[in-house]
Amino acid sequence: MERRLDDNKKKGVWRSLDWWTILIYLALLAFGWISICGASYDFDMGGNIFDFDSRSGMQIVWIGTSLALGFILLMLDDKLYDTFAYVFYIILLVALFITPFLAHDIKGSHSWIKIGPFSFQSAEFAKCATALALAKFMSTYGYNIGRAKDFLITLGIIVVPIVLIILQRETGSALVYLAFFLVLYREGMPGCVLFAGVSAVIYFVVGIRYEQTMLGYIPTSVGEFLVLLMVILFTAGMVRAYCGKTPVTRHILLYGLGIVTIALGFSALVIPFDIKWVLVSVCAAMILYLCYVALRERIMRYFYISLFALGSIGFFYSTDYVLNHTLEPHQRIRIYVLLGLTDDPSGAGYNVNQAKIAIGSGGLLGKGFLNGTQTKLKYVPEQDTDFIFCTVGEEEGFWGAAGVLVLFLILILRLIHLAERQPFAFGRIYGYCVMSVFLFHVFINVGMVLGLTPVIGIPLPFFSYGGSSLWGFTILLFIFLCIDARRNLARKD
Amino acid sequence: MANYDWEKRKYVIGAVATAIVLLYIVRLFTLQIMSDDYKKNADSNAFLKKVQYPSRGVITDRHGKLLVYNQPSYDIMVVMNEQKGVDTLDLCASLGITKEDYVRRMEEIKDRRRNPGYSNYTQQLFMSQLSSEEFCVFQEKLFRFPGFYVQRRSIRQYEVPCAALVLGDLGEVSPADIEEDDYYQNGDFIGKSGVERAYEKQLRGEKGTQILLRDARGRIKGRYMEGKLDTRPVPGKNLTLGLDRDLQALGERLMEGKLGSIVAIEPATGEILCMVSAPSYDPRILAGRNRGKHHVRMSADPMKPLLNRAIMGQYPPGSTFKTTQALTFLQEGIITPETAFPCHHGFIYRGLKVGCHGHPSPAKLVPAIGTSCNAYFCWGLYYMFGNRTKYKDVQEAMTRWKDYMVSMGFGYKLGVDLPGERRGLIPNAPFYDKAYRGSWNGLTVISISIGQGEVNATPLQIANLGATIANRGYFVTPHVVKQIQGEALDTLYTRRRYTMVEPRHYETVVEGMRRAVLSGTCRKANLPGIEVCGKTGTAQNRGHDHSVFMGFAPMNNPKIAIAVYVENGGWGADYGVPLGALMMEQYLNGKLSPESEKKAEEFQKRHINYGTEAR
Repeated sequence: MERRLDDNKKKGVWRSLDWWTILIYLALLAFGWISICGASYDFDMGGNIFDFDSRSGMQIVWIGTSLALGFILLMLDDKLYDTFAYVFYIILLVALFITPFLAHDIKGSHSWIKIGPFSFQSAEFAKCATALALAKFMSTYGYNIGRAKDFLITLGIIVVPIVLIILQRETGSALVYLAFFLVLYREGMPGCVLFAGVSAVIYFVVGIRYEQTMLGYIPTSVGEFLVLLMVILFTAGMVRAYCGKTPVTRHILLYGLGIVTIALGFSALVIPFDIKWVLVSVCAAMILYLCYVALRERIMRYFYISLFALGSIGFFYSTDYVLNHTLEPHQRIRIYVLLGLTDDPSGAGYNVNQAKIAIGSGGLLGKGFLNGTQTKLKYVPEQDTDFIFCTVGEEEGFWGAAGVLVLFLILILRLIHLAERQPFAFGRIYGYCVMSVFLFHVFINVGMVLGLTPVIGIPLPFFSYGGSSLWGFTILLFIFLCIDARRNLARKD
Repeated sequence: MANYDWEKRKYVIGAVATAIVLLYIVRLFTLQIMSDDYKKNADSNAFLKKVQYPSRGVITDRHGKLLVYNQPSYDIMVVMNEQKGVDTLDLCASLGITKEDYVRRMEEIKDRRRNPGYSNYTQQLFMSQLSSEEFCVFQEKLFRFPGFYVQRRSIRQYEVPCAALVLGDLGEVSPADIEEDDYYQNGDFIGKSGVERAYEKQLRGEKGTQILLRDARGRIKGRYMEGKLDTRPVPGKNLTLGLDRDLQALGERLMEGKLGSIVAIEPATGEILCMVSAPSYDPRILAGRNRGKHHVRMSADPMKPLLNRAIMGQYPPGSTFKTTQALTFLQEGIITPETAFPCHHGFIYRGLKVGCHGHPSPAKLVPAIGTSCNAYFCWGLYYMFGNRTKYKDVQEAMTRWKDYMVSMGFGYKLGVDLPGERRGLIPNAPFYDKAYRGSWNGLTVISISIGQGEVNATPLQIANLGATIANRGYFVTPHVVKQIQGEALDTLYTRRRYTMVEPRHYETVVEGMRRAVLSGTCRKANLPGIEVCGKTGTAQNRGHDHSVFMGFAPMNNPKIAIAVYVENGGWGADYGVPLGALMMEQYLNGKLSPESEKKAEEFQKRHINYGTEAR
């Protein structure tokens, strides 16, 4: 009886395994390998792309071992992950903690542990452990994200690895953990928290990035102008979303934007003056107006929204103040580097510019396999790791690059679908964690290459060269596939 | 606990993911398909179109003797980030420059304003066009100077130090040259004067290109598509000139210390056998590194060594012009060979006097040419311009006269294959109408009949007149280039251009010119064994007279026609005749006799003092 169940279980695993995801995974691996070939190929050396001395040859080793790893993970019992989730988490935290002490300095980062000829990046594996721990904790009976204690512990599970990784000087990898907030959102965290968080990030990035640029002849910084404009728009949007159809939205948009437009026109055409004061006044008027509406209608939501607006402005100016007055210059530079502002000493945005040239030169159909000139002649920095998407764009053209993006989208949507079909919260939460990590990586990495997001050095899953990241993503994905494949088997425990 | 409202959030998350991907695809679309700039950017990034320079055509004289060829020269290149730790003193010593030169040059290279293409990683020009000798010293020590490289180029080299103005020189292209012909790019060399300029298109050949791949640091990483798209350079065509190298050399020797010109033409073909313009210079000084310096110096020289007087100098042709008058009067029927005019030490009529030297009077045409009688030709012109049965007024006579002159190659550019030719001056009726407000007659303009007054001609035109008479009535446009490798000459240089005068009248003039050599003004040109025909000229001008000679030899089946023009040389017989005789002897015999050689040496040393006034 026991034996037959075991047999059934094995057969069932193969039958209920999600082959679609496996197929997409294999396709991305193949595409990724082709890109590595393109990126590391040297016109001078010619050379065999299968040579193990070359990066393309080594990547074959990583791909092979990843496939073996995936197979092993599928064979393991899914109960294992559930049971040992915290153990994995603790082990990885310890590993993250000791890494800086063992690690060699590679480009100022202390995140690599050397074992024999191979180097490992513990942060890549910690993602998976954190996801398991999150899933385990959030699926405990009686968990309520609205309860402060539960929420704080959840937050703690996410924040602790972030802090440890920041200590390794790998801010980029640390930021990936922010993706888990998407999971929290799915599990009941109020949407406004996520929205406020996202808004804060946008204010911060836009505010700093365009701090020095002036708005044409108008002596107002573009960063400040955009942020204050966004405050008005977001506030109006929240009124519409949380208070239903009221004329309040219209009033804010009409009068607020009207006044801003008039000020803009006056400053641009008649007398240039700093229109930031106009925007600040409009925001202040808007906040007062919302408070007045809250008192008149006796609806507290207007009041909360006015707090959002006030908080937004406060946040923006306080970060501005902190950045410019309290931080040491080297700390400020670190933030600028993270945002890709001081990446290039000449300030021309060399990396992103070259990345755009490489992609742009690909055209519709691309230059063909191994025929890309920009990537191979090393115009694009980090072309086989963080900027690998350039190679796709240059050699495979628009169709190839768009195809890769669509493949990733299908993978992400598929993962959402798989997560939602889990019978237990553990599987679902873990599934969302996996999906969020992929989404974040694709969002930041491709966005950076296309010049849309800050330059944060994180790899493109299955494309960027490197064993650690490939193994990390494979483990992340296959644990979920393993859980998913066993979703219908009766649990005796 | 499960809240089914929360399940709907999967749509929000899915929508966010979809929105991001869509946004990125739109971005890809704008980068890759909407804009072409990135592609161009990428090409200029990655492709280095390296120009392969063809070798310039070689120039030889009419006997195949080398005149101009290419000699390797060497550019010293430096790669800045590799040249650390070089012993600069040693380097300066082996290149023959001072430490200050070195420091200044290095700063110039690094100055991005003056050297926009500067890169730390690529070869920058440190010193250009070193000769083989200069380079030899450096090459031995090259291994001690890491970061310094040598690039081979070629510069023009000259076998003999003559014919500089005919051959011309090369210089770097000007912005105007580039605008005119997009074949050129900055730093290319182009013919600036002489044959080098006139035959630039044939000599230069065709550049080839090699498409190289260049990496982000400017280093060359191999050839694009294994060189499939490369083009090989096509070497320039070789030119054979009509010039006789030895004749040219003799001419330049004889003209030392004088101003003026000697032009010799092979009458049958119009090939220019020599074209001397004095003063001249050694063509080697305008090739290579010091070109600029010498060019500036010569441009400022009041004696104008850069002016090719043979085609740019416009002089009164003097008595050599009387031959054209004789031909015109004969053809127009104003005179016959038997017509005689009186000459009492000149043409004296109605208070006008044009002087002449003593000779038997009256004289018929042949002796008149032989003794160069001024009066004879003044009378001829007077009768022609005064002939109201043939011409309704003086204007019509003048126009007729002018047409004759033009048909003989005067008044307009002959069309020689050298740049900068001047047209000379043959006045026409409107010219005098304007000058004399319509009130003029043959007497007013009488001096044009003896090659004075308003008439101006280049030495080439005078030599061409000799060729026309030698040919008895036609000439082939004079040209320097006899043959272009693999290309036919322009028909302009093969076609005969007939004058308006019949050959039989030429015979009379030839007889007169022969008489001049035998018993007239050109006796010094009487070469043993060669029937020389000649005509002297003593062109009056503000200062000392110019000494002119025009002639050809042998009388029958002529091989050479020549014009000698020595500024302020005095009588035609002083310089013109003896120089012309030496030149003809050299060409026809291939060498000078010992006596002639002595005479040549004497003339070489006889310098004329021109003072310092600009000319």
